[in-house]
Amino acid sequence: MADKRTYSSPPRRVALFVTCMVDMIYPEVGMATVELLERHGVEVLFPLEQTCCGQPAFNAGFWDEARPLARRFVDIFEPLLRSKQIDAVVAPSGSCTAMTSHFYRQLLAEEPGYPERAALLAAATFELTEFLVDVLGVEAVDAQFTGRLTYHGCCHLLRELGIDRQPRTLLQQVNGAEWVALNGEEECCGFGGLFAVKNSGISTAMGNRKVQNLVRSDADVVALCDVSCMTHINGLLSRQGERCRAVHIAQVLANQVDVRPRTLPEPPSQPLEKPRRWQDTT
Amino acid sequence: MSTSAIDLSLPYKKRVDDALHNKQLKVALDRATGRMAGQRVAAMGAVDAPRLRAQVRQMKEHVLRTWPELLEQLETQVTANGGHVHWAKEAADLQRIVVEIARKANVQKVVKAKSMATEEVHLNQALQRAGLKVVETDLGEYIIQLAGEPPSHIVAPVIHRRVEDIAAIFQRELDMPPTLDPQVICGVARGVLRKEFLSAEMGISGCNFAIAETGTCCIVTNEGNGRMTSTLPRVYVVVMGLEKLVPTVEDAFLQYQALCRSSTGQQCSVYLSMTSGPRKPGDVDGPEEFHLVLLDNGRLDMLAKGYGEALCCIRCGACLNVCPVYREIGGHAYGSTYSGPIGAVISPNIHMEVTDVDKLPYASSLCGACRDACPVQIDLPRMLLELRRDVVEAEGTTLFDRAAMQGFSKMMQSRSSYENAGKLGSLASNVLARLSGGNLTFLPGPLSPWTESRDLPPLARHSFREQWQQRRAARKQIV
Repeated sequence: MADKRTYSSPPRRVALFVTCMVDMIYPEVGMATVELLERHGVEVLFPLEQTCCGQPAFNAGFWDEARPLARRFVDIFEPLLRSKQIDAVVAPSGSCTAMTSHFYRQLLAEEPGYPERAALLAAATFELTEFLVDVLGVEAVDAQFTGRLTYHGCCHLLRELGIDRQPRTLLQQVNGAEWVALNGEEECCGFGGLFAVKNSGISTAMGNRKVQNLVRSDADVVALCDVSCMTHINGLLSRQGERCRAVHIAQVLANQVDVRPRTLPEPPSQPLEKPRRWQDTT
Repeated sequence: MSTSAIDLSLPYKKRVDDALHNKQLKVALDRATGRMAGQRVAAMGAVDAPRLRAQVRQMKEHVLRTWPELLEQLETQVTANGGHVHWAKEAADLQRIVVEIARKANVQKVVKAKSMATEEVHLNQALQRAGLKVVETDLGEYIIQLAGEPPSHIVAPVIHRRVEDIAAIFQRELDMPPTLDPQVICGVARGVLRKEFLSAEMGISGCNFAIAETGTCCIVTNEGNGRMTSTLPRVYVVVMGLEKLVPTVEDAFLQYQALCRSSTGQQCSVYLSMTSGPRKPGDVDGPEEFHLVLLDNGRLDMLAKGYGEALCCIRCGACLNVCPVYREIGGHAYGSTYSGPIGAVISPNIHMEVTDVDKLPYASSLCGACRDACPVQIDLPRMLLELRRDVVEAEGTTLFDRAAMQGFSKMMQSRSSYENAGKLGSLASNVLARLSGGNLTFLPGPLSPWTESRDLPPLARHSFREQWQQRRAARKQIV
């Protein structure tokens, strides 16, 4: 984005905004993120005070409930930046990055002192692939993946932050991966936060389109940059017994992903008949 | 597909469920929205789209800044051209004004070209109550008039019907012999409508834009019915939302280009009919009487309430065609004359009776495809978010939702309560997940809709922060 900070020398220290979903459900994505950053010579700090950025409440219209969380987020990360303890904030999520670097402007507009601090923070907050490619100048991480790989552009990442080239650049350099095209790759998966619960029928219909396109693409794995969309797509794939699955891009880049075998292993042979009563089993 | 008329006053949930279970609707929407969206991309791609969008946006913002002056200029010009200008504050005012015009001119039959503003105020019903015969002449509008249905798309009112459905309606209502050939079906409609045009005393149309500097009302059509409506009957009435205004002829063609390319993917429409007043001595055709009725119905308030950006809308329907929600449920599920993302923003603002209107801002995943497609760069997701805030502030949500959000916010405001909730959640979800074989397949209460169609992984046994702290402790030991 145009209003992002530029660096004369590469940033050395960053704070990880891990996001609550990664923290609580997908720690392996957080670990992969740390590994990628450290591999490129960046020291990672993890402020333990961080919780949730407030997006669920904000999106649901509960701005009064979201605001304390937004202020809290600024209070945790902005002083680190201002005191130069860190050079940037990095998050493995397009959605949460959009919330803190984009929607806080709207949410904190009338909170004295906060708009300026939020703007300072926003300029130095980066989504992971954006940070790797645009800030660090990374073009390829030495990743290995054997299988058919595709990509889903998550909505906030693509249309709020305008990030698309960066994740594709990184994925296309993964060794051994066979790149496959995905129909409707820029279409919403139907997650939308509480939308998935409140408008479950519509959300599922949207998600089923994504699932159909994934199945038709015959991809083993669809990489994406948000664990929220990943949870939705995987929830549908799993329920429908499909082999394809969604993984976070950091997991692919950090070699965490193995491909499930194309043909399922033979089902376990029938269990032995129950021992007859006269058989001594002891 | 049943032939019963569609009831927009059903509760939101029922409207949506009906739409999701309607297989014919799904086929019709898939065929049409995909095609229209593709045509738009091609047509906008053939020009400098970013420049065009920025120019139209700039022009529409200028209109809103100088709105009162431009409206006065329009009134002055139309009057100078020999036309009459009427101001309708609310729906009832518009109905009264048009019925009065018809009565004074001794009108029996009205032919109508497409107009969403007249749909918004239910003008047809008012005219029929006054004893007039009203015939819609846009093919799509004519079909839904025969079927007794409201439009389901701003530009393509019968988008919810497949050709098979339309043939069935014509066979039933017009004794058409069985056929699925669109040309034959159109021919039947043309035959019927030609007679109506020649016998009607009054034509009513909407207005795609009116030019303030010349007092010219413009309608953009492809079927020629607009031209017949505006030239054949003795009396011609244009109904126009207050915002459908451009300052100059040059601006009109700017908007025209954006409209054609974004709505139907055309470089230009088949017809562009421009009416600057009644027939003058020496004119070969045109109405004897010309009336322009300007409709407010909440539009001025929209600007005051902070939703003025939606008044930049040129009603091209591009946001509907790309909306993944619209594509699943169609227009009727919105329960309003205006559907899709723009409908979800306009409907709560305009003075219309819409059942469960508070649900419309939530009928979006906020994916932003609408904003990318909009030729006027309207930030629809931003306004949907603000409308949601308005709903909450007006206490339009359930007490449960409010309590849940307050609880959520409290929990997230403290590290310790967040971590404790995480530990508890991890324990509980892992027990549940083990019972159902790895993933959560059943969630209780308000979260149950998730697991109706989707699995959910349990929380991690050890959160990232736990792993991080362990790692750090281990590293310290090594050092």
